[in-house]
Amino acid sequence: MSVPRTWRNRRALYSLEGSKCQKCGKYYFPGRTRCLDCNTSGLENHNFSGTGKVATYSWVYTPPKGFNNRIPYCLAIVELDEGPKLTTQLVAVEEGDVEIGMPVEFSFRKISSEGDEGVITYGFKFRPKNYPNHLKKK
Amino acid sequence: MTKKDKTGIIGYGVYIPRFRIKVEEIARIWGQPGEAVKKGLGVLEKSIPDMDEDTITISVEASRNAIKMANTNPDDIEAVYVGSESHPYAVKPTATIVAEANRITPVTTAADLEFACKAGTAGIQMCLGMVKSNQIKVGLAIGADCSQGRPSDALEYTASAGACALLIGNENVIATIDHTESYTTDTPDFWRREGATYPSHGGRFTGEPAYFRHVISAAKSIMKHTNTSPDDFDYVVFHEPNSKFPLATAKMLGFPKEKVEPSLTVKYIGNTYSASSMIGLAAVLDIIKPDDRILMVSYGSGSGSDAFIFTITDEIEKHRGLVPTVQNYLDHKQYLDYAFYTKHRGKIKIH
Repeated sequence: MSVPRTWRNRRALYSLEGSKCQKCGKYYFPGRTRCLDCNTSGLENHNFSGTGKVATYSWVYTPPKGFNNRIPYCLAIVELDEGPKLTTQLVAVEEGDVEIGMPVEFSFRKISSEGDEGVITYGFKFRPKNYPNHLKKK
Repeated sequence: MTKKDKTGIIGYGVYIPRFRIKVEEIARIWGQPGEAVKKGLGVLEKSIPDMDEDTITISVEASRNAIKMANTNPDDIEAVYVGSESHPYAVKPTATIVAEANRITPVTTAADLEFACKAGTAGIQMCLGMVKSNQIKVGLAIGADCSQGRPSDALEYTASAGACALLIGNENVIATIDHTESYTTDTPDFWRREGATYPSHGGRFTGEPAYFRHVISAAKSIMKHTNTSPDDFDYVVFHEPNSKFPLATAKMLGFPKEKVEPSLTVKYIGNTYSASSMIGLAAVLDIIKPDDRILMVSYGSGSGSDAFIFTITDEIEKHRGLVPTVQNYLDHKQYLDYAFYTKHRGKIKIH
């Protein structure tokens, strides 16, 4: 990711900033300025709560360039509590731990690094909800 | 009591990565007697960051916990200091990323601090001064490290990863900071030159003239200036490079080991460097009662110690259970063997 592009997206990456339509209440991630449902413009920024559930997932063994040292890793589509879905990596899980509907929460991690001298991109990934107490019986 | 007198900790949070390696596993690779090394250091295992964790990510995680515990509006935080000796960038602050990730920006000051293992407690003192002088409402002081030990070096058994964040303010204070002072000299016991991957150290020189001299002098000095003695404190927290040093220090100062043991997380996570004494403090705050008092003395090679006296308020009870405790992080762990450990710590270069 280029430096200006990462910088423009930093609030979405760092704290799940999207947008909400004041008129019809629909949430968007990533954020947008005009509502797709009611065509209202000038949507306000909204910080998502950072909790949701796994809509679907896949374990990646053949990754794109730059992710070779992390395989296997879990790529998932997470449905946020407010409604929008996003693609993200699941962390703090091993194969067999993940299932559809599993509650998850925001985790701050390194996304990529341009070699040893380039910029490091940080942002959201997701992990089991109530980490590190997620395995304890209620 | 005025607001100035009431300045102190309004929230704290820790983060410890879930991976561990046992001391015996490291000793096995280098042909050392594992049981003897473990017993000598008083360390069973140490924490290791995940492949996508570094000092910035664990600082953000710890500070998110602190902010949640204090229920503070990020706009009220007007200073962010991150103390570490493993900032991911040589030039480009850790603190700006931590501030942005917590939505503290843009009306804030932010800076990275470096003083070996006491850079985090230096941040506490800076925040304390700014809050007391009414320059800021709330300050965020973080000690965090993903420390590196040279393969086969003595430090490799303990150099680990962890972060602790303290919010310093004067409203809804859970622990007042009653007094702080420091003891600093030029003592080259441990260093890392620009561009060097691993730190170097002076072996046995790191003990008597370095750690013990500074920690004991700072502790004696703060007790003298506040007219207190070991009997006036319910807990004592020292920097924890291993279990042996803080236990020996407690004995030399006249503290029973029961007052220092609750802080000794080093047995289970190793030496988290800038986070070490602060995670020890957090472990004590997790179990402490109102009106109890804590003496904390950090240590940073090079060398210096920051000493603090805290008194716990009734407010602490309202903030329990909101975020994971130190024990919660200690309990959730997964062991790695030495091969995976080298991969996680970037000791295997892939080009």
